[in-house]
Amino acid sequence: MTWSEVLDLLNVGFQETAWMVAVSTLLTAVGGLLVGVLLVLTDKAGMLPAPPVNAVLGLIVNIGRSLPFIILLVAVIPFTRLLVGTTIGTDAAIVPLTIGAIPFFARIVESALREVPPDVVAAATAMGATRRQIVGKVLLREAMPALVAGLTITVIALVGYSAMAGVVGGGGLGDLAIRYGYQRFETEVMIATVVALVVFVQLVQMLGDLLVRRLSHR
Amino acid sequence: MIEISGLRKTYRSKAGDVVAVDGVDLTVGEGEVFGVLGRSGAGKSTLLRCVNMLERPDAGTVSVDGVELTGLRRKRLRLARHTIGMIHQHFALLSSRTVAGNVAFALEVTGVPRAERRTRVAELLDLVGLTERAEAYPAQLSGGQKQRVGIARALAARPKVLLSDEATSALDPETTESILRLLLDLNRRLGLTILLITHEMTVVKRICTSAAVMRDGRFVESGRVADLLRQPGSELARDLFPFEAPESVPGATVVDVTVSGEDADTPIIAELARRFDTDVRILGGTVETLAATRAGRWRLALPGGPEENRDALEYLRTLGARVGVAS
Repeated sequence: MTWSEVLDLLNVGFQETAWMVAVSTLLTAVGGLLVGVLLVLTDKAGMLPAPPVNAVLGLIVNIGRSLPFIILLVAVIPFTRLLVGTTIGTDAAIVPLTIGAIPFFARIVESALREVPPDVVAAATAMGATRRQIVGKVLLREAMPALVAGLTITVIALVGYSAMAGVVGGGGLGDLAIRYGYQRFETEVMIATVVALVVFVQLVQMLGDLLVRRLSHR
Repeated sequence: MIEISGLRKTYRSKAGDVVAVDGVDLTVGEGEVFGVLGRSGAGKSTLLRCVNMLERPDAGTVSVDGVELTGLRRKRLRLARHTIGMIHQHFALLSSRTVAGNVAFALEVTGVPRAERRTRVAELLDLVGLTERAEAYPAQLSGGQKQRVGIARALAARPKVLLSDEATSALDPETTESILRLLLDLNRRLGLTILLITHEMTVVKRICTSAAVMRDGRFVESGRVADLLRQPGSELARDLFPFEAPESVPGATVVDVTVSGEDADTPIIAELARRFDTDVRILGGTVETLAATRAGRWRLALPGGPEENRDALEYLRTLGARVGVAS
């Protein structure tokens, strides 16, 4: 295999990985924020105390967190078909990726929101802020650096998960490394893929760190 | 302006119930500066947080500016809270917003339109002397500056009442002094009623017109500072004017004398010595200027037993002094 062929493969793989990770990150950010905020609100010391809801939500999150991704990938196949109409390809891989990452990010959101000092929340309450204002203008805003740092960790985890997407024909860099590098003994492809993954993760981390520095005024 | 009656609050925990506030009655008149003094764990923080319903009392009533707060639904309570400002020991500022942004937050919460916010923020920052630091973030400010932001924010909705939760406890003495001066100034210029809790005697000394001493969830004494000082055996008087002096002197009558207000300027010891030709000795004492009044407390030794000094003691009383025979 020539280097230009390798580069072509890499290019396609990179685009597939980037697409899967980008879309699932977006969905995870929305879903994880929602679940994380709900976990904090429904806590018995929270603003909308509802211990049963909190317990059920916590249980679902924990189940999601304890399933190895490769098993989740297979387990949600019926759901994927329902949602995307197919169970193979990049788009199909986005479903298990998102389902796997939401509980992970939700816990990060939960702990980030808990880090906001209680007296800041009390101060807003004492000013007569609504719960919506407290969540939007106090909790989420104050936790923003931690949320961005957490999302960076999630994106990198998603890059890792996406390597398994090959199982459902999802493609991407990880799949490339398995199919060419491992199964066909094309060591160059393996090395090139690993380098590409390292560079990708490095870039994501740097971008994340930069954003956190911009946002943080502590 | 603030009326509290029969207030009780118990915290339940596995280790047993803790009664934080155990039946407190309190009235703070308009324009008054009322200080609740007590050690940590005395229940004063809970008391303060019950005034704006950050803590729901178990029993009793709280009304601020004629509005009974204990029975209010959420929405009405939120509106009522707009008229009650609060400042905090650790400032409780939003770290993600600038000084101006923090003040603007309070205006957003109270629903001031965007166009008005800018001028109002400028006014408020001017009021607390922080105009130059408008674009700084809290992390770049000193403790005193942070508390000024807290005060500006608390005043955003033009409240009639300010609650102060140990506002100067995290500050050094000089900064404390400047924050107290600002509070006193706001009290006088805006007619702001202030209810504060503190464990620092200086705060009571400097700005309070009335005070209460709180212990184990109850007020052990309470009233106007000037009146409390005249009460024999007042803990507040003893703590405000601490001095080391012998409790008894052989062959003499030891008396504690407290004077306040105009009487503080009467030369009572000189008068006493002249009129009764007695070799009165001062064992200890202090004279202080308080927020509302000047006051002094001395321990004197008069030669002879209590019987021989009866007239002299009576005379001291006619001069306006409170006299307690120490031994």
